[in-house]
Parts: sequence; structure tokens; C-alpha cells
Amino acid sequence: MNRRENIKLLLTGTLGTGLIWSACSPEAKQDLYSPQLHGGTVGGRSLEETALDQKLLSETFFTKEEMKKLGVLVDIIIPADEVSESASQANVPDFIEFMTKDQPSYQTPLRGGLMWLDHQADERYSKQFLDISNEERIRIIDDIAWPDKAEKEFETGVRFFNILRNLTVTGFYTTEAGFKDLGYLGNKANVWDGVPQEVMDRYGLEPEQKYAGIYLKPEDRSTLAAWDNQGNLIS
Amino acid sequence: MSFEIKPNTESYDVIIVGSGAGGGMSTKILSEAGLSVAVVEAGGDFDPAKEEDRTQLRFPWESPRRGASTKIRPFGDFDAAIGGWDIEGEPYTRKNGTRFDWFRSRMVGGRTNHWGRISLRFGPDDFKRKSIDGLGDNWPIGYEDVKPYYDKVDKLIGVFGSKEGIRNEPDGMFLPPPKPRLHEMFLMKGAKKTNIPIIPSRLSILTKPVNNDRGVCFFCRQCSRGCQAYADFSAGTCLVKPAMKAGKVDLFTNCMVRKVTTDDSGVATGVSYVDKRDLKEYKLKARVVVLGASACETARIMLNSKSKSHPDGVGNSSGMVGRYLHDSTGASRSAILPELLDRNRYNEDGVGGMHVYTPWWLDNKKLDFARGYHIEYGGGMTMPSYGFGFSMDTMRKHITDQFGSPNTNGGYGKGLKKDIRALYGSTISMSGRGESIPQYDNYCEIDPNTVDKYGIPVLRFHYNWTEHEVKQAKHMHDTFEEILTASGGTLLGSKPGPENQYGLAAPGRIIHEVGTTRMGDDPAKSVLNSNCQAHDCKNLFVVDAGPFVSQADKNPTWTILALSWRTSDFIVKELNSKNI
Repeated sequence: MNRRENIKLLLTGTLGTGLIWSACSPEAKQDLYSPQLHGGTVGGRSLEETALDQKLLSETFFTKEEMKKLGVLVDIIIPADEVSESASQANVPDFIEFMTKDQPSYQTPLRGGLMWLDHQADERYSKQFLDISNEERIRIIDDIAWPDKAEKEFETGVRFFNILRNLTVTGFYTTEAGFKDLGYLGNKANVWDGVPQEVMDRYGLEPEQKYAGIYLKPEDRSTLAAWDNQGNLIS
Repeated sequence: MSFEIKPNTESYDVIIVGSGAGGGMSTKILSEAGLSVAVVEAGGDFDPAKEEDRTQLRFPWESPRRGASTKIRPFGDFDAAIGGWDIEGEPYTRKNGTRFDWFRSRMVGGRTNHWGRISLRFGPDDFKRKSIDGLGDNWPIGYEDVKPYYDKVDKLIGVFGSKEGIRNEPDGMFLPPPKPRLHEMFLMKGAKKTNIPIIPSRLSILTKPVNNDRGVCFFCRQCSRGCQAYADFSAGTCLVKPAMKAGKVDLFTNCMVRKVTTDDSGVATGVSYVDKRDLKEYKLKARVVVLGASACETARIMLNSKSKSHPDGVGNSSGMVGRYLHDSTGASRSAILPELLDRNRYNEDGVGGMHVYTPWWLDNKKLDFARGYHIEYGGGMTMPSYGFGFSMDTMRKHITDQFGSPNTNGGYGKGLKKDIRALYGSTISMSGRGESIPQYDNYCEIDPNTVDKYGIPVLRFHYNWTEHEVKQAKHMHDTFEEILTASGGTLLGSKPGPENQYGLAAPGRIIHEVGTTRMGDDPAKSVLNSNCQAHDCKNLFVVDAGPFVSQADKNPTWTILALSWRTSDFIVKELNSKNI
């Protein structure tokens, strides 16, 4: 959808109903050109999508204290090591905050889990989770971090920690730091010419001879294709 | 590309409804024949080469949800296709507790912005299934009628593949296929032990140029995001836009067609549509109306086109419009290849899809279900996005320490990071896509009680799988286990059983629905003749997948393109000889 179409749709009020730009008024147009909150998805957005991202970014779900707790927890899950930084350094708590608004089914399990940690800290140490020592925190986390070994009484805690682990890992490995950590080398223009020889050697694999003659050769990528009457590629 | 509302007196030679594979091809052929063409598209404009529309080569951190799916982009935040299974204000309903999920893309190019570029020809058997197994119906045409058009589509649009000489998987005018990725080499080696063929896939992605207007693939694996270089096929970039540059084509975007208008003699006079911007009704006139709105949307328009001369909807004197709706079957399984733990790192994005696939290889006469399926493969060191690393609570056990004991699932800390690196790129997946048997009782019809936000009555679906599809899904799962195990894989998840139809996807989920306006020689049993012309309205044609009598286990797009070209040639001929 191009920008002109977007604006036309906006001004006739057929899009974005229920979102922040629901009005078909000059204010709506003003909104469109007003400074936007940073962080919405870039590229090919419909007006509805931009409006949704702006709305989510303008809202707050977690309290300051909950965000602090998340900061502690994500760094237990993904700490800095010799390869890469920690999850909080990669702003994973902000990602989790956004996802709880984008997918509201996360809200209750995550908030409930954070409260449960305080409850456990209180039961065991008569303190809040943020006020106990790192060793004490790990003792609680160890009860819920290992699904195959956890006691039945910690079932709900395990479920909470699985969700938190998922979001933390995904949040970290979808950042530049995570890409570097993983060694992902793609998402750029290149020419695929098959599995590198040393990799095939490692696994004792060989290219299938049958197709050796027909696979794409990088040097042929610039010549216009042509076929003979039998459908054989001749250039 | 944008336009102003035209006066109602505007008249064209041809109105084409929809700008996807069928509408796009028709636009190109008819405008090149010198006809004036109006293309009416329900969605907005889209051009992946424009920076404002570009999602290709974006990184996950350019999305606050890191590429997670949304309602209007169920395949992820960077997927090109806008619409989905659930469009605000455009509902559909279901009947008798049955299920059909309807996927739509509201944009220039339609669902060709979404599909996997898998471009398979139907084979000679695929047009004559009834003669083979007694089920469904034969097409009134055969492979020999469509072959010249498949050849032309191959040359115009481009498809890579390998000549194999398999009777029912006809070879085409292929571009060179890319070499397999590492996991695909493992699968090829494993499948050899099972005598199941794995051959280079056939995708409409340019490994060499076919003309000077489109670039070649630069191997980012993101065809689903739309290609800036136009190196893959989508109807907008390869058909509609070139046609607009060269010919007399007016593109009407955001215009939702309500009905085909007809005169007292029953001849089509044009269409009436709602402009989404001002919500007003407009009419366009033409000598010929071509519907390419998608199998179900076209059926909806025809059923809503009621008049004195067409009391049950235009083209529907047989009562067959909407009947014989059928989608491909689908089932999937995945595995981890322990040999691929701790892989060497290199860029193995490759093209936007699998480099190899398995065509149907068995004889159904020796099986307890009637039709075949092909297998698609996934895996590799793909770009992380939302969902990456989600299953560490079940996956870490696949890594063993130096003494051979498995790691503990779940956990946290430096050990977790180490295991995530080890697991990266070690999983593979397989998906079966099979042919279903068309049923009179699987249909879409107009729901008398529901309209969309434009006041247009909506579709109501009725759909049940039969035993043939369920047994086929069971067979798929047996095959998946055979190939995955033979390739050295450890199966993930569990094999589905009869309680959930062996993991058979719900109808509509594979997005290959066809058959709603099927062709045939008998006007009492079909909607269109063998030239995709309505039996009861001679200047009305259908060019999407509605005319398909049966769907084969092949993705429908290549056949839509070939048939649309064939139908367009027929329209030109009939106009020239003044038959319409």
C-alpha cells in the first residue's frame, strides 16, 4: 500500500477503527505527520500496523519493580560470557515488555510468575526477591528451571520459567549481539554455490554426480536464458 | 500507479477482477492484444522494489516483535502478504460444525505475494483421475492442451529444476537449480536407502535472467517478503506492472467488487464495486468480464450476481458454483540430526525455499488411499526471528557430554548459551502436500444472515475430509519417520494418531483451494466450459483456481497461470471473430 492510499483510507475512516487514528479529521492527518515513538516495525507497513505499534509502544505493562526483576532474571538465563554480552545489555526486558502487550496471553503468566518469586523469597527468607542474595535467588530458580527434574509442587513455576526462558532466548538471539554470538552470516546479497568443500569432507558427503552438469554455476548468472526445442537450456 | 475515481461512464474492453496469478496473467495477455483493460483489486498497491514497501533484508530487530506473526501477517511481521485468515470487517462463516479457514491477501499481486514459489506442472494423470481410480471427475481437457502454455509460462516467468523424465511430473524449460544445502544432502543420502526419490526442487526463482526487466536471485531466502530485484515470481512485479507500462491498463486499487452486472438477455455488462475510500458504490462497463478474485471470492461474486436472467447468480444455472471446493492436504514432522550439532558456520540462506523435494513416487492402486502427495523439506542455519530457541525445555537432551550422557533440559546460564550454539541449524522438517478428492458436499455458499463491512453478503463454508485424506496423512507420517530416521535423525514430537486425523491440517490451511467454478462439457454439472467461459454467460470468464476439476498434489499457481493464458488467448479469438 502506498502512502497516498494510506492517507486516503485514513481520512475516510475505513481503517484504524478502534486504534489511535480512528477519527476522520484534520487531527488524524496531524497525527500521521507528528513525531512517532521510536521502535515500530520498519518497512511495508499498513496504516493499521503503524497505529498498532504506536499504541503498544505508548503503553506500559510492567511496573518499574517488575522490570528490575526481569532484568535480574534474563541475566540469569543469558549472562555475559566470553562470546557475548548479557540479555539485559541487549535490552531483552524491553522486548519482553513489548511482547506482553502484543500478545496479551503472556501477561498473566509472567506477572503471576514474578509475584510467585516474591512469595517464595518471602517464605524462604522473609524478604522480597530483589532483596535476597544471588545464591538465594538461584536456589529458588533451580527449583523451576529444570522441567524434567522439578518437584510436582513447582509445576506452575516451571511453566512460568519456560515462558521466560523462551522469550529471553528469542529476545537475545534476535539482536545484533545474538547474531554475532550464533555466527549467523546471512541476510545479505551473495551467491550460493553449494556446501563448502571442507564441510562436505567433515561429513564424508559428495555432490550427486547425476546433477553435476546442471547445477547453477555462479559465472552463468549474467547470461540471458535460452532453450532449444526440447526444452534444454542452451545459454 | 495511483488513480482518481473515474466517471461511471468509463467503458473498457475487459474488466479483470483480481490481480493475482490468474488476473495478472490475463491482464498481460489481453492488454498486449491491444484491448483496454480495467483491473479491479480489493487491496492496496504493492511494489517490493519501492523502499516504502520493502521488508526484504530487514533484520529481526527492525520489528519490536522480532518478526512474530500478527493477525494481518500470519506468516510473520516481515511477510509480504497483507490479509490473513481473519480480516477485520470481512468475515466468513461455517456450517454444521465443519471447518474451512479462508486465507486472503488484499493487495496487488494477491496471494502470489505469499506462496512458496513451488511451480509444478500437472501431469497427464492429474487431468484424468476418474479414469484411473473412479473418483471425482476427469477434466474436459488434458495435459496436451495445457503443455504449450506451461512451456510459455516457464519461458516468460522462469522456473528452475531438473529434467527427470518422470511421466506424471512433466519436465519444463528449466533454469539451473541451486546445489543442495547440507541438511538436504543428508536427506538425499538417507532417502536413497529407502528408495524414495529426492530431486532438485522446481521454484519460480531466477537463477539466470529470462529478460532484461528482472534481476537474478541473490540468495537471501526471503521470497516470502517480496523481492526488490523481481527475481522471484509475483503477479504484481512480473505481470501487472509490465502490462501497465506497455498497454492500456487502468488499475483500480481498494475497490471491492460486489457483483457482475448483466442485461436482460443475461449478458455481462460490467461490475459494480465499493470503493473502500468513500464507501460508495460505482459501476464499470466492459465487453468482457474476467474473474480472477481467487476460487472462493470469485464464487462469492458470482453467487451475489443475482438478476432476473440469473436468479441463482451468474454462471450458476447448474447450481455448481461453490461446490467441489477442495484444498491440498498437509501434515508435518521434524527431527534433529545429531551429526549436525556444532556445525561450521557459513551463509547457507540459499533461495526462498527448499532446494530439493520429493515428487509422488508410489502407485495408489497398491495403497489404501486414492491420491498422492509430494514432500517439502526445511532446515538449515536460517536467520533467527521470533520463536528462535523456544524449545530449550525439550531440546537440550539431544546434546551429550563426553561420556555420552544427555544434557538436562531447560536450565539457564552459560551452559544454556553453549547448547543453543550447538543446536543451531541441526533440525530438519518435512511437510507433505497431497491431493484430496473433490466432493459435492464440500462447498461455499452465501450466508443469508451475514454481510461484510461493505454490505456485501459473505461466504459460508461446509467442509469435511474423507477417509482418503485421513489415510493419506497417516501414510505421510510413516514416510516422514522412514526418511528422517534413514537420514540419521532423532524424531521430535510425537506421531499423531487417529484422534486428530493423523495431524491432517484443517481444510484451507494449505491455501491451495480450487474447484468452486469447475469446468466441464456438461452444463448441468459444471460452471464453465473447457475454455473457462461460463456456460450460461458467454462473455464471463474465470481465470483463478475455480475452474480446476481436481487439484493434483501440485501447488496450483503454475496451472492457474497456464490456464489463464489459454483462456485469454480464447477471449482474444472470440472477440476478433465477434462471437462475444
